[in-house]
Amino acid sequence: MASIKELSQTRERLVGGHRLCGGCGASVAVRQVLLGAGADTEVVVASATGCLEVSTTALPYSSWNCSFIHNAFENAAATITGVEAAYQGLKKAGKIAADKEIKFVAFGGDGGTYDIGLQSLSGALERGHDFVYVCYDNGAYMNTGIQRSSATPHYAWATTAEVGTVLAGKPQRRKDLTAIVAAHHIPYVAQASVGNWKDLVEKAERAFATPGPAFINVLAPCPRGWRYDSELTIEVARLAFKTKFWPLYEVRDGVWTMREVRQKDMLPIQEFLRLQGRFKHLFLPENEQLINQLQTEVDANYAAIQRMCAATAPV
Amino acid sequence: MAEVTVLAATGNQMVAEAFRQAAPDVVSAYPITPQTAIVENYAKYVADGRVHTEFVPVESEHSALSSCIGASAAGARVATATSSQGLALMYEELHIASGMRLPIVMANANRAISAPINIHGDHSDVMGARDSGWIILFAETAQEAYDNSLIAFRVAEHPQVQLPVLTTLDGFITTHAMERCELLDDTTVADYVGQRQPCHPLLNGPAVGHGMFASLGGTYFEVKKAQRQAIDGAAGPIAAVGKRWAEVCGRSFESIDAFMCEDADYVMVVLGSAAGNARVVARELRAQGIKAGVARVRLYRPFPAEQLVETLKNAKAIAILDRSDSFGAQYGPVGLDTRTALYQCKRHIPTHNYIYGLGGADVTLQALHQVFTELRALAQGNLDQGLSYLGTR
Repeated sequence: MASIKELSQTRERLVGGHRLCGGCGASVAVRQVLLGAGADTEVVVASATGCLEVSTTALPYSSWNCSFIHNAFENAAATITGVEAAYQGLKKAGKIAADKEIKFVAFGGDGGTYDIGLQSLSGALERGHDFVYVCYDNGAYMNTGIQRSSATPHYAWATTAEVGTVLAGKPQRRKDLTAIVAAHHIPYVAQASVGNWKDLVEKAERAFATPGPAFINVLAPCPRGWRYDSELTIEVARLAFKTKFWPLYEVRDGVWTMREVRQKDMLPIQEFLRLQGRFKHLFLPENEQLINQLQTEVDANYAAIQRMCAATAPV
Repeated sequence: MAEVTVLAATGNQMVAEAFRQAAPDVVSAYPITPQTAIVENYAKYVADGRVHTEFVPVESEHSALSSCIGASAAGARVATATSSQGLALMYEELHIASGMRLPIVMANANRAISAPINIHGDHSDVMGARDSGWIILFAETAQEAYDNSLIAFRVAEHPQVQLPVLTTLDGFITTHAMERCELLDDTTVADYVGQRQPCHPLLNGPAVGHGMFASLGGTYFEVKKAQRQAIDGAAGPIAAVGKRWAEVCGRSFESIDAFMCEDADYVMVVLGSAAGNARVVARELRAQGIKAGVARVRLYRPFPAEQLVETLKNAKAIAILDRSDSFGAQYGPVGLDTRTALYQCKRHIPTHNYIYGLGGADVTLQALHQVFTELRALAQGNLDQGLSYLGTR
């Protein structure tokens, strides 16, 4: 891949002047993913309704340096596959040159992907369109004000998973979307993070280079929703990796590989939780067992991915 | 010179043939009774290599229209088909397609809406789309379903229109019954339909944004006004494009199909397949010296109010037939439209609204005779101007 210096000089497709919050992980995720499409490739972007869409497309302005379409909340995947189908159909009709390459990418938040858009995504993946779907996972409905989604972590506070006298945040565990996508047996699936830029750009490059559907689930911390200071976004994302909250792995043609956390870098889950106000209640003495439970959950998940890597390794 | 093939075909077959001849770049659709044969026939054309279309077999009607929106924004010619619950599932996308000013042709097999679940023909589904900004055509026959479908592409893609078009046919009655139909040759149809010239496509041009955010500041309001002007202004292009098709195929295209209305005392206003029975009854009454007529609305949106009132102007009493209800309103949808049109044109002719044939209930000649009998009472002031359910217990 290109060096960081070369990447920094590459023409960007999501440009400055948008209205996303300072420290927003979503814009970092989108910019890094689009760097992976190659500087000279034509790209069409679709976005689900959400922070990214409302903050980058307020008429009469646009922050997009490429063709862009927003349709609704739950259908970014169906919409981009319609654009991709048009590309295929117009090529067959001779209305687009046979050698003209265009890349198609859809972005959705976790609400638009894990929840309301899951059916649309599943259908699009199963049909085998040539596109990349990127979920920027900030773990709640941030655009409408931090409501819980199926991506919200276990015991995290959200405005619809309140902390009170009888409840300690979200009672349920998160949905494992990346594994659900992997179960579609598409050629490329990855989990990445804005805290590991090189890993993310490399995965984006591979996703764009893969014929057929590709999916990347990018952890994109949200200072407003996670309740931390906005300069800590990258730090929080890195801690998510080092504490095994957010493993970085790929599934390429069914083969699982993980970027393991080095033993000397590995940290207990508290180090990820501590910086974030949404987990503040877990540090009350009576909630110690909840933190222990979260540790057990991330350990088990990490071990499960290790087993998948071992089980699918080429002999 | 057009070559005509005469064949026995169902409405669904004829819509599929029209789509094939219009050669869309993308067809994205989901099966639902009684539309399914359109998608099935189209899938066979794709399998046999008879079309260049990219066929997208989606996982729901919501995704069908969502992907049609993406494809149309990309610059493709796009078609789909649905019915009933499928059209209802598309509700938000109906508004997005028209709000984004995207030409899409969608056939709807008009069918009842749950609950109770019922797969048969009425207009409850399509009436849910009547305010969504789509141009809406109602076919009476399989032949007309073909004609309307071809006209629909030219209307949708007309530079002054740029709106989606719903081309409808009554579930089972028109979708499944076999009729004598005429199919024009592919070249003639291709010449008629022409090629889409997209405005601001996502592909093949400079970077553009579709579906942008218009919050406070008035832009949303102005976009909606432009949409109102577009659909009102579509009446002219629809008439012109319809007239051109009439010249090609030899069958007339009128937004209101008037049968013996000129001197009629008693007129029935009706949409779709029930018009045939209505004409049979009107003819029988004429034989008895009763001046009966039938006005069938073929173009439903934009509503041809002036043409309808011109058709009805000499009537003494009017029966407005609705194959769906607008629960809680004074009348069913066609009743409301017709009454408004009469009021607007200062024609104070008594009307009565009949809700008929819901869930595919038969529209018998006897029931239609009863309507004409009641119209005579209405003209004499012996029947209220309210709403009745026709033929129910």
